[in-house]
Amino acid sequence: MPHDHHDHLSPSGHPFREDNDTALSYWQRMEIAVRELMIEKGHITSAEVARQIDAMDARNPANGAAVVARAWVDPAFKEHLLKDASVASRDMGFDIGPLNLIAVENTGQVHNLIVCTLCSCYPRNLLGLPPDWYKTRAYRSRAVIEPRSVLREFGLDLSDEVQVRVHDSTADMRYIVLPSRPDRTDGMDEAALAKLVTRDSMIGTGLPLTP
Amino acid sequence: MVEQVRVKSMMPPGHVRTPAYLRGKVGVIERELGPFANPEKLAYDLKAEQRMLFRVRFTMEEVWGVRAENPTDTLDAEIYAHWLERV
Repeated sequence: MPHDHHDHLSPSGHPFREDNDTALSYWQRMEIAVRELMIEKGHITSAEVARQIDAMDARNPANGAAVVARAWVDPAFKEHLLKDASVASRDMGFDIGPLNLIAVENTGQVHNLIVCTLCSCYPRNLLGLPPDWYKTRAYRSRAVIEPRSVLREFGLDLSDEVQVRVHDSTADMRYIVLPSRPDRTDGMDEAALAKLVTRDSMIGTGLPLTP
Repeated sequence: MVEQVRVKSMMPPGHVRTPAYLRGKVGVIERELGPFANPEKLAYDLKAEQRMLFRVRFTMEEVWGVRAENPTDTLDAEIYAHWLERV
């Protein structure tokens, strides 16, 4: 038969992927029911829902990277950011909603790492959606138990001279790491610097790129 | 002055935002964050009173004992005032 495949590879050589047609979960059904009722009763429109999804998808780590790059070039902004990251980010023009943000600074002596052991709190309004691994039980438990081993798996082997500070977002605050500015970036402008700031460097599982 | 606090060793049922692994552990107040609506009430759509929230810093040695990777590394968490007692 044409659809029999012995080795689970398509003619292109890629594995076949299971169709995503399992039954809806209780909460998926609930979400659809509530959304359709709200639309039917005229509280919201489908276009508004689509726009909100677009707005959420449009947030990405470039926003956080711009904040970091500004802090690297502007000492007054950096001071403001470390004192009140919510206000500093809003002043830069980012609509971060009701986000209560704390920026923690990496130095030659301190490396910061962000985790949410209770769920998956993440500064979405500034960094967009969290990576899948950030929400796994493995990351959430191991980041507090053995942060140095976790960092090594991310390719970051810290010396014992560097203190690791793990931040567990247990309640109302969200965190962003202000990584150290890479060496040999003296002549670079803010926009070029922002391109060096990776998502992982703002979670603490990585360092910025080097030019 | 460095203010030392201990996280209360309570195990109440329901939505609680104090991680179990920190209960009974001693840390220092890193900063005061101000009042926030009590999530233990908010989670059930009950009238939520304001509670003071603190960032508390623990050493890994305090949290994990001899199993700590590096005893002087630290862990900060946000803990509500009603979960803290002065040491």
